[in-house]
Amino acid sequence: MMKISRILKTIFMADFIVGLIIAIKKIFKPKKTINYPFEKGKISPRFRGEHALRRYPNGEERCIACKLCEAVCPAQAITIESEIKDDGSRKTTRYDIDMLKCIYCGLCEESCPVDAIVQGPNFEFATETREELYYNKQKLLENGDKWETALAANLKADAPFK
Amino acid sequence: MPKIIINNKEIEFEEGMTVLQACELAGEEIPRFCYHERLSIAGNCRMCLVEMEKSPKPIASCAMPATEGMKIKTNTSLVDKARKGVMEFLLANHPLDCPVCDQGGECDLQDQSLFYGLDSSRYTESKRQVDEKYMGPLIKTQMTRCIHCTRCIRFATEVAGIPELGATGRGEDMEITTYLEKSMESELSANVIDLCPVGALTSKPYAFEARPWELKKTETIDVMDAVGSNIRVDSYGWEVKRVLPRINEDINEEWISDKTRYSCDGLLKQRLDTPLIRENGKLQKTSWDIALKLLIKKINLFKPDQIAGMVGDLADLEMIYSFKSFFNNILRSENLECRNDRIYINPKERMNYIFNSKINGIEESDLILLVGTNPRLEATILNARIRKAYVKNQIKIYSIGDPGDLTYPCEYLGSSTSIIKEILSGSNKISEKIKKSKKPIIILGESSLYGEKGKYIFESLKSFLEENNFLKEDWNALNVLSQQASRVGAIDLEAYSISEENNFKFFDKLHNNEFKFIYLLGQDNINFEKNDKFIVYQGSHGDKGAEIADIILPGAAYTEKDGLFINLEGKLQRAYKASYPPGDAREDWVIFKDLSNIMNKKSEYNNIQKLKELIKKSVNLKINKNNIKTNKVDFVEENILIKPMDYYYTNPISRASKVMSECRQISKKFLFTGVEKAS
Repeated sequence: MMKISRILKTIFMADFIVGLIIAIKKIFKPKKTINYPFEKGKISPRFRGEHALRRYPNGEERCIACKLCEAVCPAQAITIESEIKDDGSRKTTRYDIDMLKCIYCGLCEESCPVDAIVQGPNFEFATETREELYYNKQKLLENGDKWETALAANLKADAPFK
Repeated sequence: MPKIIINNKEIEFEEGMTVLQACELAGEEIPRFCYHERLSIAGNCRMCLVEMEKSPKPIASCAMPATEGMKIKTNTSLVDKARKGVMEFLLANHPLDCPVCDQGGECDLQDQSLFYGLDSSRYTESKRQVDEKYMGPLIKTQMTRCIHCTRCIRFATEVAGIPELGATGRGEDMEITTYLEKSMESELSANVIDLCPVGALTSKPYAFEARPWELKKTETIDVMDAVGSNIRVDSYGWEVKRVLPRINEDINEEWISDKTRYSCDGLLKQRLDTPLIRENGKLQKTSWDIALKLLIKKINLFKPDQIAGMVGDLADLEMIYSFKSFFNNILRSENLECRNDRIYINPKERMNYIFNSKINGIEESDLILLVGTNPRLEATILNARIRKAYVKNQIKIYSIGDPGDLTYPCEYLGSSTSIIKEILSGSNKISEKIKKSKKPIIILGESSLYGEKGKYIFESLKSFLEENNFLKEDWNALNVLSQQASRVGAIDLEAYSISEENNFKFFDKLHNNEFKFIYLLGQDNINFEKNDKFIVYQGSHGDKGAEIADIILPGAAYTEKDGLFINLEGKLQRAYKASYPPGDAREDWVIFKDLSNIMNKKSEYNNIQKLKELIKKSVNLKINKNNIKTNKVDFVEENILIKPMDYYYTNPISRASKVMSECRQISKKFLFTGVEKAS
């Protein structure tokens, strides 16, 4: 019996027709692929992309140099040096992240008591040289300024789950 | 011994122990904030609550004396609940600023709240705020964090002897303050930082510098005075970030002086990091090779007796030994000196230049006579021991020469050598008291041994003690208080020029301009006319010695090399390398090895192991017990004046330190010695 049905299927090209029907059906459905550099997929608010250092709305740096991110970093990619500012506050003089060492685990963001270091939605920061991936404080703050709207929205979206 | 039952385990304890101490014997850790082994019991933090059978409420174990048959439980739910309650009250008013607090990572409250704290606060009212208090250039205050354990107050009153800290107000309004917003006038003040279980009192110079977990910790020895306090040096890369005390019951217990703690920023400033040569009156940078060759060229111009070497205050035994070996074997010169001034020493017996009663022995003593010394400045930690002995046993302390305020009462006998004559003849009242006492201590300071009178004072007091049987094996009352970390070691290694008749041969020659070539090994505390002398300075800091030098060789500071030190008691201690010398600077023994290599002469040692062996062979730590030699010396009538001492500026490291100069500015406002009072 098996043999006969097999022969019939082969003669009438049943598999071929089934495939063709699926293909025809899919033609009338929306596309799954995107035109990547011009279109982008949806990203979760918890996405762990490029790092950024945030500021308060009045422009003051959030980072207080508590060094918890430096301590928690499993790849030891963060280096921080601190000092007393004139107003007696504790601030960093140096905040470096070696983006090549970084494993994008998100522990720095999680450990930060003031939401200063965050991992933003940006994942397109490939560079031509290794040196460009040794981020310093200036670069991280620039990132923060650039992405602030998205970063704040992400933190707000994730806040109920923290 | 009485027995106590702790968690159903029966253990023996010593009479007079508290329940907390007994629990520690049983291996039960009791959380505490206010209790401290070396301070009196306050019992105000309530963290150490334990359950006692037949007591309706939990008891504060730190304040409850342990008694025979007591049944204590430390692991019941009652105890746990009590501790949790106490912790909640402590945290109610404690700010949540651990991330910006310098105590973070080494905070008692942080650690204990991990075990006894709730995960969230139930306190919704506003937290108390307290104004910051000014406590001088060393202590940073953040009094909102204070949990009122009163450790700092007890330390200041009991150990430091300056009742300047206190509390005002009660309950929530209680505030710890210096009352008048002035700095603490003590050389031990910064110990309150270690004592503070929270971040209320933190270190001002170290503020926000680093976190405890990222520092390299090296256990080593201090060189700021001759006590040889045990310290822990915390370094971050090359920089020494802070110095903390290490417990050594025989020497510093767990205190260190402010100079020990805060001169470490001097290690980063004024450093010599490359060899320098003076050309046309200006110092020019050069290479090791050129500098050493020039040095040898100059040495060859002079005869061995025109060459002299001086050992500085911070030298370790490796330095001194390699220096001496270089001088004696290669230059064939005997003109070495470790003293800074005309201070009498008698190196024939080891007991003649060390602190024989031991720092520990001070507590057993029943009478102390200070002769020409201000231990508060010359050996702060030793002074704290004298104060401890005074507080514990109410011993009498007398002084010849006015030392000023020593933080304990001290009877001033006068300041003339004739008082010593009276003591010897028995006409002074002290004479009888010394003879009657069981364990007297006589401390001779440098001021008393200075100049011509030194020999009389030392030798006559020694024979007086010998006659009265106070130079025995079990108790030796003769004590010389050295001020320099290198002094006892240098005398042990015979780095001095003394002849039978002239104790100050070296200084006479120096001032008669008989030396033409002088090698200063980290020696910055000497005054002489330069004239036409050729001077080589080898050391770590650009200080007085480097100013007059023609060749400067950069060496390593005390935290940058392994080294042996002998403290004023004659105790050999090893210091360890915490950091490394800056730039081209080298360890000092290497420089002498290189010098002898360039001169094509064989040095005794080729590596550090061999050098250490040689040192071990030549240092004899034993003290002669029999056949004590005493000399008769003619009476010299002279005044014993305690030399004023610039406490915060005694060596090149502290002179380079910014913190020390701040302290110095402030300390000028208060008076120390009788001499300063007079002037």
